[in-house]
Amino acid sequence: MGGNIEHRFSPYTDNGGTTLAIAGEDFCVVAGDTRQSEGYLINARYSPKVYHLKNNAVLATGGMHADGVALVKRIGQNLDWYVHKHEKQMSAPALAQMLSTILYSKRFFPYYVWNTLGGLDENGKGCVFSYDPVGNFEKQHWSCSGSAGHLIQPFLDNQIGHKHQSNVEHHLLPLDQVLKIVKDAFNGATERDIYTGDFVEIFIITKDGVTVQKHDLKKD
Amino acid sequence: MDHFPGNWGNPRSRDDTYLESNDYLPGSIAQDHPRIRAEKTMSGFSCDEYISNPSHMPRAHTQQPVVTGTSVIGIRFKGGVMLAADNLASYGSLARFRDVERLLKVGDYTVVGASGDISDLQYIQHMLVNLETKEKYLDDGHSLGPKNVFEYMSRVMYGRRTKVNPLWNSLVIAGVKNNESFLGFVDLQGTSYQSSTIATGFGGHLAIPILRKAVDQIGEENMTEEQAKKIIEDCMRVLYYRDARSLNKFQRATITASGVTITDPYSLETDWSFAEKIRGYGA
Amino acid sequence: MEAVKQGSAAVGLRSSKHAVLVALNRQAGDLASFQKKLIRIDDHLGIAIAGLTSDARVLSTYMRGEAMKSHFVLGRPLPVQRIAAQLGDKAQVNTQRYGRRPYGVGLLIAGHDEAGPHLYEVSPSGNYFDYYAISIGARSQSAKTYLEKYYESFADASLDDLIVHGLRALRDTLQQDKELSASNCSVGFVGVDQKWTVIEGDSLQRFLDILNAEAPPPAAAAGGADDVAPMETE
Repeated sequence: MGGNIEHRFSPYTDNGGTTLAIAGEDFCVVAGDTRQSEGYLINARYSPKVYHLKNNAVLATGGMHADGVALVKRIGQNLDWYVHKHEKQMSAPALAQMLSTILYSKRFFPYYVWNTLGGLDENGKGCVFSYDPVGNFEKQHWSCSGSAGHLIQPFLDNQIGHKHQSNVEHHLLPLDQVLKIVKDAFNGATERDIYTGDFVEIFIITKDGVTVQKHDLKKD
Repeated sequence: MDHFPGNWGNPRSRDDTYLESNDYLPGSIAQDHPRIRAEKTMSGFSCDEYISNPSHMPRAHTQQPVVTGTSVIGIRFKGGVMLAADNLASYGSLARFRDVERLLKVGDYTVVGASGDISDLQYIQHMLVNLETKEKYLDDGHSLGPKNVFEYMSRVMYGRRTKVNPLWNSLVIAGVKNNESFLGFVDLQGTSYQSSTIATGFGGHLAIPILRKAVDQIGEENMTEEQAKKIIEDCMRVLYYRDARSLNKFQRATITASGVTITDPYSLETDWSFAEKIRGYGA
Repeated sequence: MEAVKQGSAAVGLRSSKHAVLVALNRQAGDLASFQKKLIRIDDHLGIAIAGLTSDARVLSTYMRGEAMKSHFVLGRPLPVQRIAAQLGDKAQVNTQRYGRRPYGVGLLIAGHDEAGPHLYEVSPSGNYFDYYAISIGARSQSAKTYLEKYYESFADASLDDLIVHGLRALRDTLQQDKELSASNCSVGFVGVDQKWTVIEGDSLQRFLDILNAEAPPPAAAAGGADDVAPMETE
């Protein structure tokens, strides 16, 4: 190719992007922007990295796009085999454990992906799990990661967890308020992070299924 | 940046335990290599056998491209997709082969354009011809569309990167099947995406702004084939002006519901008079 | 081949839009549950089995793997004709190799792909055939007789009509004193914009009511109906 020629092959690349998930009382929201970047180039403005899985859990992948695609395909096959064997869909917490196992199985050649998994647990309550590339995971009430993760995290801590606020009652927020916070978070991240922008896709998981919203972000 | 592949070194010749790359050439004096002489005396098998069976050598992966093709560009328009790539294969900064075709027709609906290493491109061509042949001889009413070729190449490219033995290419896959047009990209790391405008290599810097501006202004659903042709040619002209590894001889593929057409190689009018005004460029 | 004939019957038929499988479930004993006769392979593909259930499980696992591979590598549903051919090749090898035994199971494959709905029979010999309508298993000749009489009307039949035809054909394979019930048969179908679906139990009653409303069937035409005592086959 013209220009710079790579002299040594690196199997990894970072395609940027930001994802977050917030658990509610009887719902869960998972969102991610749709920009795919490589260095200073924007590859595509709409390349979704949040996946609606067959068991109605939603997986947000950030980091290397190709690894994310491969991981989601592998999870999809495992979910299919699970249905064939057990004639029911895998629960979100079971998937959470399985994802950790899959990630750790490639401990010495990891999937370069930061995952955030959202769904409903056996009691119908919203749950969020966040991961590092080698499978460490933790159940959380809210989580964000990716190129603007560090910009959004304190905002969520304050708005969702009421951190650093005195004399406030701690309560789980209703869906409409959560959606406002998600949009604010992504609009803010788009202003300050060059790897976040174009569109934000918001998945809302309730007992009735999963719905998707797509909103514009700045395209600069 | 050193443009001479000869100076890039060979992964097997970092120390003299192994053969130099030239030792594989006909008429080489490989048998004089101390290691070969030693093994020859020990096992008694011939030198020719040794060289044609390098299984006991360390596995050599493509660690750099050697003969390369530059940008491939593509755009979607109303009812179709258009691709272009020039006919040059460079050896470092040497314009080595000037009639290489880098747009491959696959099946009845798809064209794959490849930049990067030309030998890897020819290997990919070999794989795709195999795939197409197998599909054809089954003759059961099924045929591969651009989406299938894209998925296949994504898996191949990602699979090879996972073995840390990549096919050193950026591929653009375009096609129309069942009145759905498709334009996608895959590279040596398995990174893939679909977009209404795509350009590899230098095109990512020089052609993409022109292509995206055109799509934003005209809109993909309003753009005619004629308009797309003009935009593509403008991009190829800009690339020829500024990409030193390009050639003013290229092919253009158009894929619509009525099929695939790939032009014969042709050239564009250029005007270098602007160079007169740039110090150090013209006279 | 004999194992297939000992398995309870399965009937398959197709229109220009759908493919339907209807199967008779048999109990291993009064205290046992009914054996599953219809198996999902993919959203566009399902099978009915007659013969050794354990062999069918091996084959269905193989088919599921192949179907997934097709999605993984080419991003498309596995063409039905190809899986039938692959299965035929796999079964044929077992008839030829020393020390191996053929699969003791016959399959009906119903599927829908780009080329339309399909119905295939694959037998332990490795033969596979494309059909408008077919039946396999115990006393399946009676069902064939029914299907041969009506198959010309299947092309334009609605899904519901197709299912009723299938149930009628299946009824003809029953022994004199037996009746079709919501618990002893199951129906699977797939087609245009219709994922593979199995209906069993209460949701089947609607179709059985249509059958029961008709005149009682004429005494099952005895055409080579091999009435073999149920063994450990299903």
